[in-house]
Amino acid sequence: MDQITPKPIKNFKVIGTRPLRPDGIEKVTGKAIYGADLSAPNMLYGLLLRINEPHALIENIDISFAEKLPGVKSIVTFKDFIKINPNNKYNETLENCIANEKILYDGHAVAAVAAINLKVAKKAIKLIDVKFKKLPFVINIEDAMKKDAPIVAQGKKNENIPDGFSENVVQYCSFGHGNLEEGFSESEKIIKRTFKTPSVHQGYIEPHACLASMSNEGKADLWCCTQGHYNVRSICSNIFKIDNSQLKVTASEIGGGFGGKTTVFIEPIALALSLKSGCPVKIVMSREEVFKATGPTVSSLVDVKIGMKKTGKITAAEAIIRYEGGAFPNETYELGAQSAFAAYDLKSVKTEAYNVLTNRPAQAAYRAPGAPQAIYAVESIIDELCQYFNQDPLYVRILNAAHKGTKSSYGPTFDDIGLKATLEAAKNHPHYNTPLKENQGRGVSCGFWFNFGGNTCVSLNINFDGTVGVVEGNPDIGGSRSSISQMAAEELGISLDKVKTIIADTNSLGHNDVTDGSRVTFSVGLATIKAAKAAKNELCKRAAKLWGIDEDAVIWKDGYAYPAGANAGNQEPLSLEDIAKVSSQTGGPIAGHYEVNAENAGVSFGVHLVDVETDNETGHTKILRYTAFQDAGKAIHPSYVEGQMQGGSVQGIGWALNEEYIYNNEGKLQNPGFLDYRIPVASDLPMIDPVILEIPNPGHPYGVRGVGETSIVPPLAAINNAVSRATKIRFSELPLSPPKVLNAILSKQK
Amino acid sequence: MKKLHVNVSVNKNELEFLCNPEDTLLDVLRNDLQLTGTKEGCSTGDCGACSVILDKKLVCSCLVLAAEVDGSEIDTIEGMADDNKLHPLQKKFLEHAALQCGICTPGILVAAKALLEKNLNPTEKEIRYWLAGNLCRCTGYDKIIRAVMDAASEMRNENGSNYS
Amino acid sequence: MIFAKPSSEKEAISLLNETSGMTRILSGGTDVLVQMKSGAIEPELIVDIKNIPGIKHIKAVSGGYEIGAAVSGSEFNNYPGLKDFTPGIAEAFDLIGSSQIQGRCTLAGNLCNASPAADTIPALSVSSCFAKIVGPNGFREDLVKNIPTAPGKNSLKKGEFIKSIIIPNRPDYSSDSYIRFTPRSEMDIAVVSAACFITLDKNQLIKDLKISLGAVASTVVHVDGLCDLVMDSKITDELLSKIAMICSSSCKPIDDKRGTIEFRSHVAGVLAKRAMILAHKRAGDKIEKIAR
Repeated sequence: MDQITPKPIKNFKVIGTRPLRPDGIEKVTGKAIYGADLSAPNMLYGLLLRINEPHALIENIDISFAEKLPGVKSIVTFKDFIKINPNNKYNETLENCIANEKILYDGHAVAAVAAINLKVAKKAIKLIDVKFKKLPFVINIEDAMKKDAPIVAQGKKNENIPDGFSENVVQYCSFGHGNLEEGFSESEKIIKRTFKTPSVHQGYIEPHACLASMSNEGKADLWCCTQGHYNVRSICSNIFKIDNSQLKVTASEIGGGFGGKTTVFIEPIALALSLKSGCPVKIVMSREEVFKATGPTVSSLVDVKIGMKKTGKITAAEAIIRYEGGAFPNETYELGAQSAFAAYDLKSVKTEAYNVLTNRPAQAAYRAPGAPQAIYAVESIIDELCQYFNQDPLYVRILNAAHKGTKSSYGPTFDDIGLKATLEAAKNHPHYNTPLKENQGRGVSCGFWFNFGGNTCVSLNINFDGTVGVVEGNPDIGGSRSSISQMAAEELGISLDKVKTIIADTNSLGHNDVTDGSRVTFSVGLATIKAAKAAKNELCKRAAKLWGIDEDAVIWKDGYAYPAGANAGNQEPLSLEDIAKVSSQTGGPIAGHYEVNAENAGVSFGVHLVDVETDNETGHTKILRYTAFQDAGKAIHPSYVEGQMQGGSVQGIGWALNEEYIYNNEGKLQNPGFLDYRIPVASDLPMIDPVILEIPNPGHPYGVRGVGETSIVPPLAAINNAVSRATKIRFSELPLSPPKVLNAILSKQK
Repeated sequence: MKKLHVNVSVNKNELEFLCNPEDTLLDVLRNDLQLTGTKEGCSTGDCGACSVILDKKLVCSCLVLAAEVDGSEIDTIEGMADDNKLHPLQKKFLEHAALQCGICTPGILVAAKALLEKNLNPTEKEIRYWLAGNLCRCTGYDKIIRAVMDAASEMRNENGSNYS
Repeated sequence: MIFAKPSSEKEAISLLNETSGMTRILSGGTDVLVQMKSGAIEPELIVDIKNIPGIKHIKAVSGGYEIGAAVSGSEFNNYPGLKDFTPGIAEAFDLIGSSQIQGRCTLAGNLCNASPAADTIPALSVSSCFAKIVGPNGFREDLVKNIPTAPGKNSLKKGEFIKSIIIPNRPDYSSDSYIRFTPRSEMDIAVVSAACFITLDKNQLIKDLKISLGAVASTVVHVDGLCDLVMDSKITDELLSKIAMICSSSCKPIDDKRGTIEFRSHVAGVLAKRAMILAHKRAGDKIEKIAR
């Protein structure tokens, strides 16, 4: 696992090492407490009644029989929420949790029960009588956009929607610059194709779970597995019309999220059941519920047109993006439009994007939301153009790559970015130059993600014994407590074992945005470094006091306070521990805080190489070799950076080869389980070789960039290109499942 | 409905519990015996998060009825470390960063232990196929496979001296 | 629901016979529990047969083997000599589920669950295996291929259950194979599968050929008339193509989430061919081995 460092950056002591993660022992011994692992005295079990219809008007919900069943303690429907707060800001979020007037997708909940055990709850669910009228439904983008399509939801359409579409087309945006017509006329070959990708699910192994307790006085406690407990608080306190301060949300250990746990599904329901019953209520979703009623990603239909000269220079590029994200509006289409051509320095470029409503569950974020679908189409066309001109696909990408100073296709001008270095590392890697055999193909693709910053708040407390507690507010989804501790230790100049990082509940620290957008190591890291700097200032002040000299005459270096120079005196340097031990006599405990709405997260690029072999008699594709290159900025804990690259790659492999939501012609989901929703298993895969490049982000004191999401972007096109080259047939629809590939092979033979 | 009375040994502790006929071993481990280290990911035997050893055989505890296990010996993740000494697999998982979210980790450790008990020198391919029933969505399996190979190697070396 | 763990065949039969509602036999439970969880079945009685004497035995009998109804996949595959005797059944059994499922799944369970995609049914069928069945009217035997009647349905009568499966003796220079197609390498249900049993004479001439195909109709398809076609011939590319074609056209598959009609029919031929090559090679190796 090579590490390439184009520019030398600051010599670190703790950063860049691979310490054991602080929460590791609990997680390998079964002691760590996840969403479903907590119970409370007098606790009830909540269960939701879901209707297996894609679209229906609810006429009546009769709970009277269920209510009478011994052991049933409360039942709620949407009406209960209207009574609490008819004007809540999160009505769409709530309507996705529990249907209001209409059932909008197969598996939409209409009622929930809390009972003394699950057996009773299951019985009660069956006793609820729901009368509904089936409505015409629409599942696919093409159908939903047509003028005469069944309408999923009225009145959601934005004003800027061009004419000619149904009311399901609710959102539109466009980006770009230059003169497309001129650009295309300069080209020597234009290729245009339409690409399709299916809905895929994040597939976290831990189903959603929560434990809620709420009283009539407007006080509530909520324990849940979430990527953002402050967001859960915002949503739920608004729905229940209570003060933020009165709802304490504690994030459990989280068993995977990948964007899918950035919103709420069962939390408001559990709170309502608790409020009505007066008892704590626990809800744990089944796997089927996770697939049917939590958010998969958008499915897509994307037209891409690119013009190229025979030198490999791109002269113009255009994309029309259509995303479908279920029954509610969302912003993913915009991220798709912005990311489509982000990897290239283009004179003339335009992207347009539409969001279309369908009778599917509301989409949720999934690792680089919106980017993989758009970039899949772009990177596939570029590969086809390279083949047409017999040009090296990495050479062509290097030739056109965005760089510092490039005006990006979505507006901003890039600062230091690592795309070219990443492409060159791929081109020079032994993998790229290994010969292939018959029926084998090698695919290449770039990937991009913006990376987020956002609201962040950190407290750093120096204990009397010289140890340090870092308090942050972002659930640790892949080892962030380790990297945050490392940054604190680095900045303070102390050893890592003196630092412990914990994740605060919502009452113990100010607001923190969701763990998403690859923001945590960047933003929480930044705030931690600044909080440590504040603590160092205070440590210097205390040293000054102890020495009886001026505050500005003390400096902090490598974990010690020193007199600033000969004039300041020749006192022995004081360690953090020395100062902490007597801090009670110099003004009390020492702490540092930092609060920020962080900016300049620094975009991230990746390049993937994949070799595949196809079986021409069955259409089966085997992944033979996989190498992922990524600009990580400074890698704080390289093992966890590699882990993000490997995990994202494999999620992308699943997306490219087998994963998809399959609906029947009644609009019902056919594969809501791990047997037929086929995520990759260990025996499907080779090792995934990660190559980290470290091009520092100028927006972070240590040069950190987010690394979590970019890696899911390139696999789609890389595999599409590899299979296309192996079979000599151009594919433009995912997944490349065996029936699809075989069908193309047999059609070509005819 | 009368509950059934079951005697078992769990992690070498003699225990008894009452269960409904339809309760699974996983239900009882998590809800009645408070052994929540065994995770529930699918309850259809497709993810392996609930893996335990039942009478020396690796099983998904979601596909075993609690009533079946009367008189059996069960080993769960909670019994894997010897007092406070981690099993080599547990140690190697930490060293190799073979876990991210950690939800699949208990099941994978239990399954890997069952493999190494019958084959202390598995190939990469054998490990991959043996662990195919344990889904992990975070790691892409790479570091998990390396950790198991490394643990096996360490156990083989210790075997030469004092590991039994 | 009532859970019973009888300690004799007789007790099990009377429990099954005296319960008016749905009953299910539990050995490995890898299908029954999934169906109970999903609400697909709500049995009134579950009979755990694992305490019945002899139900977990593997025995060599008159040149073949008797496999008790509660013998799991891993027990079968670890039994000395079985894999060599019938590599086809061994690989079919081994392909069911994960390592975890292998500790529990059984041949009798796979057979009674009667899925069109069951891995062991084609493999047991080509080897002419039969089931020993006990019930209120005493003991009977029936060929494995007669047991599944439709998806999820079997020919066992009220109160009956399978006690063991007999893998009969086979002529010299015989072998078998099983190949399935799944998108993933593991943890999948067969989209198509093919089992082959072949007997050669010592000059490599084919004396017997049976091919059964899984997941291409509501029950396993046993391809007719192959024996006459191949009798006394050698394996050639031409013969293999012909077999593939016959197999493809014997399929009556459906379109579903796992595969299309076209895909299943085409791949059935491909797998039949591959299974035949594999079984042929294994049988041929025996000629060499015995000659040495």
